[in-house]
Amino acid sequence: MAAVDTAVEAPKTKNPHAHNRFATIRRPDPVARETKIEAKDVSVIYGTKEAVHGVSIDIPAQAVTAFIGPSGCGKSTFLRCFNRMNDTIPGCRVLGQLNMDGEDLNDHALDVVLLRARVGMVFQKPNPFPKSIYENIVYGPRIHGLASKKADLDEIVERSLARAGLWNEVKDRLHEPGTGLSGGQQQRLCIARAIAVSPEVILMDEPCSALDPIATGTVEELIHELKQNYTIIIVTHSMSQAQRVSDRTAYFHLGDLVEEGPTKTIFEDPQEPRTKDYISGVFG
Amino acid sequence: MNTFITLAIVLIALSFVYTWGAAASRRVASQTGEKLHSRPPYYGLYLVLWCAIPAAIIFIVYSLITPTIETVIIQSYFPQEVLNDAAELANQTRQVESIAGGFGMFGEPAPYQVQAAAALKNVEWIGKMALVALIAVAAVAGTLVARTRISPEFRARNRIETAIEMLLITCSAIAVLTTVGIVLSVLGEAVRFFTFVNPIDFFLGTSWNPRFSTTGHGGQGDFGLLPLLWGTLMITIIAMIVAVPIGLMAAVYLSEYAGPKFRFVAKPMLEVLAGIPTIVYGIFAAFTVGPFLSTMGDAVGLDINATSAFTAGIVMGIMIIPFVSSLSDDIISQVPQSLRDGSYGLGATRSETIRRVILPAALPGIVGAFLLAVSRAIGETMIVVLAAGNSPVLTANPFEAVSTVTVTIVNQLTGDTDFASPQSLVAFALGLTLFVITLCLNVVAIYIVRKYREQYE
Repeated sequence: MAAVDTAVEAPKTKNPHAHNRFATIRRPDPVARETKIEAKDVSVIYGTKEAVHGVSIDIPAQAVTAFIGPSGCGKSTFLRCFNRMNDTIPGCRVLGQLNMDGEDLNDHALDVVLLRARVGMVFQKPNPFPKSIYENIVYGPRIHGLASKKADLDEIVERSLARAGLWNEVKDRLHEPGTGLSGGQQQRLCIARAIAVSPEVILMDEPCSALDPIATGTVEELIHELKQNYTIIIVTHSMSQAQRVSDRTAYFHLGDLVEEGPTKTIFEDPQEPRTKDYISGVFG
Repeated sequence: MNTFITLAIVLIALSFVYTWGAAASRRVASQTGEKLHSRPPYYGLYLVLWCAIPAAIIFIVYSLITPTIETVIIQSYFPQEVLNDAAELANQTRQVESIAGGFGMFGEPAPYQVQAAAALKNVEWIGKMALVALIAVAAVAGTLVARTRISPEFRARNRIETAIEMLLITCSAIAVLTTVGIVLSVLGEAVRFFTFVNPIDFFLGTSWNPRFSTTGHGGQGDFGLLPLLWGTLMITIIAMIVAVPIGLMAAVYLSEYAGPKFRFVAKPMLEVLAGIPTIVYGIFAAFTVGPFLSTMGDAVGLDINATSAFTAGIVMGIMIIPFVSSLSDDIISQVPQSLRDGSYGLGATRSETIRRVILPAALPGIVGAFLLAVSRAIGETMIVVLAAGNSPVLTANPFEAVSTVTVTIVNQLTGDTDFASPQSLVAFALGLTLFVITLCLNVVAIYIVRKYREQYE
């Protein structure tokens, strides 16, 4: 993070937390999209280091938004603001406004427990609980009291696994440990687990980085289907994955949102030299 | 001073051998023009090993056989009537040794003793000279043999590696063999005990009353293990009831809730509890906790003995808290952060995450920690000696005085003891029983802990 001070040519504004350090290039979208989440001047500070500098972006509903950028650019940190996962890190502060359907997610009075039921998350490494497949799925519904009867839970398990494209593979071994599945299956189990609490938004933090190409393909197809019902934000290091799965792409660089717009536009006609360099593989 | 000189000579000789070996390897390399397989220090070390190991073996063998030879020589001077009396023989042998050592003896030595002492002195001197000569020959011969092997192809580095492996094997063998030795010595005495008392009477007897004064086989008292085992068990259960919830919750707080600063201070402080000598806990139990519990019992109409299973159990539980908390804390910290994130990401609160994800994931390890704590409690002695009341009776009332296996071992082996009587030998049988119980618990605990570890590795 020391690089923050060296590589930026734009002058700092008076209040470093108030604005992006230079204007984000915003590319028009040919399709009109309904906004699900609106971020305004969001900054994230770890102790004394600012990892994200006043980022503003609109996340469209029922679409896939990809966050791309080199390591340490703050894209994962920014992603974790959407379900307040940064709260679990000691010394981490989030400034600015994040409105989901008009409600400020960054409000301290907001119940993060309920928020996380609405905004699910899938992590970089598949992290099924060391319980059975069934128990993994019903974990969320149980703690939120969505269902208590066996029949209802069974239905949630079947529906979630079916949506995650895993039902046919595991329906005969629901009571075997989730950790016994293959990496790709584990990741789809984690997606099913997130779906089980009926979220509105699903955050995915490099969901395929621990998977082989075949499992990656399966998960990408799944993402494609899921966007009919959910708003998806995905952080990825793979440029081709961003092109394959996302409708909009946002390019982050050293904590700044450099350029954002329709995926096709960003990849075919990047305006910012840094975006151009990154997607053509000059650095990253 | 003599020892220091000897040591200095040995070190100087070895460093000379080392330098010589390293230099010789360089010389060989430059003469043949080939590249050495290993770097010169390895050739030096190789020579040192060949110099030191044969010499060391000779020294060890000498130390092992000399006492026997010397005893035989001394006793060859003794008249028949002394040889026939075992106690007198041992006594006079010691006297001769002290005359030869220049300390003299109380009273006037018999002429044959003076002769024996002179012979012993003579033999000792010859032995020492022979030892020095043998060691010198062995060291020089070993060095020369090793020197002839130095050549560019010679793999000194690999030999040193083997030697280091041998050293490590020897060290671990010492630890293992010590355990085996302890078991064998206890086992031998225990078998002797069972020639006096029927094993069935011992393991299933409900009465403990070994009468010290009686002799002969007729009225030697009762050696029933059960009252002692029950006392041990009751105190252990009470200790676990105290230690497990407190220790576990302290571990959860330390690993999941406490900030790094608090943890940094609190964890070592908790571990200090484990460093307090158990005799101090015993004093604390007997003079502070016991009377306090007794007074408290009076207040609520309970008749609590100041020294009872209850007192000992509570204090032992306090002693074990750091044991449980420290082990559990390590195990809980091993649960991957990704599981916590997964749970928080689904909207679980911190305590839900701990109860439903972290503790179940850590459970096998915690059970292992629990079993280790149990075996610790079973073997604990000083607290129960002071605070359990030493009353070997079968009682279900924890507020009464009891006795445990460890306390009884102490009782049977302190004071005037005759190591041929069942009253003393029973201690070995008790020790063996205790050893087997804790061994089984430890094996189970280690198995469980190991199985758990495999999950995340």
